[in-house]
Amino acid sequence: MKVGIVVFPGSNCDRDMHHVLRDVFGFDVQYVWHTKPVPAGTDAVVLPGGFSYGDRLRAGAIAAHSPVMSDVRRLASEGTPVLGVCNGFQVLTESGILPGALLVNESLGFMCQWTDLVVENASTPFTSMMHAGQRVPIPIANGEGRYYADEDTARDLQRSGRVVFRYADGRVNGSVDGIAGICNDGGNVVGMMPHPERAAEYETNPVDCGPARMIFESLASCMPAQQVSHAGYAGAAGRGIEEKEEEARSQ
Amino acid sequence: MQRFTVTVVIENKPGLSDPEGETILRDLVLKEGRDESSGDGAHDNGSRENKNSGCRISEIKTAKMLRMTVDSQDAESAVRDVRRVCDALHLYNPIVSSVDITAEPRPE
Repeated sequence: MKVGIVVFPGSNCDRDMHHVLRDVFGFDVQYVWHTKPVPAGTDAVVLPGGFSYGDRLRAGAIAAHSPVMSDVRRLASEGTPVLGVCNGFQVLTESGILPGALLVNESLGFMCQWTDLVVENASTPFTSMMHAGQRVPIPIANGEGRYYADEDTARDLQRSGRVVFRYADGRVNGSVDGIAGICNDGGNVVGMMPHPERAAEYETNPVDCGPARMIFESLASCMPAQQVSHAGYAGAAGRGIEEKEEEARSQ
Repeated sequence: MQRFTVTVVIENKPGLSDPEGETILRDLVLKEGRDESSGDGAHDNGSRENKNSGCRISEIKTAKMLRMTVDSQDAESAVRDVRRVCDALHLYNPIVSSVDITAEPRPE
């Protein structure tokens, strides 16, 4: 499975994402500079975290106009899985691909801490291996992470099952309804503020990397024709994390 | 063609919280620089007369301001053209913000 990681000027989680997708989960990964088209044959697109254009004007506001976004918009409408993490989520809302907006945290501060997510929608390409109500220990690291949608939009998101993740502590940053991640109508585009690429390895997750791994395992499993060298992960339930890590290292 | 200074003020729509403005009001303006912990009197949260100015400040909203230099036929078209740019390029996010645009002729 070919995954394109879009790189904007100021993206800084692109390499972490590349490492996790390629080295941990065995995806065929390619960086896509924001002025270039998304290569043909790309099966999934990731918009990574960071500070595109230094968050100038608003987080994601300038990157939303990058040339690559017309391809991202097209792929999103065609059903290609698209994941926006942190700044990537901000770019998706700023470009109108996902509804709502991300505002400065209620604390006005940059928040860098571990949090627990609760899975609400376990049928997206990024959550299909999870179950509703599942907790996901994961870090947040953002200054503009307060999800906002007007009342009608928030109600519609809720009714149509498009809230993908909520914060277990619903008041962590002032997000409407404690929303941490949402998806589009088709369910193929998911935006989330927390960083799964920082939580998917034993070495970087002090709590439990199992749940966050499932975000990537879900992506791997949603493509029947995908070729990942560590496909064994998907069927490795019940085995210890250390054992899985050992398996990853040995391949 | 005339040269104008066009001021674009972008602020949160009514009803959207503005924690920075609220903090400036609550912890600076209404306290008038007093430190509550020093025991020189607690402030009330409601608006009240400000000793320094004699006026009554009840709300503070923060905003982002863009000041543009624009050459245009007249002030009206300067505002109209800048509004078009603001809308087309989302210089403000219409989901959460409103925008106020004014033009002043620039002295030669």
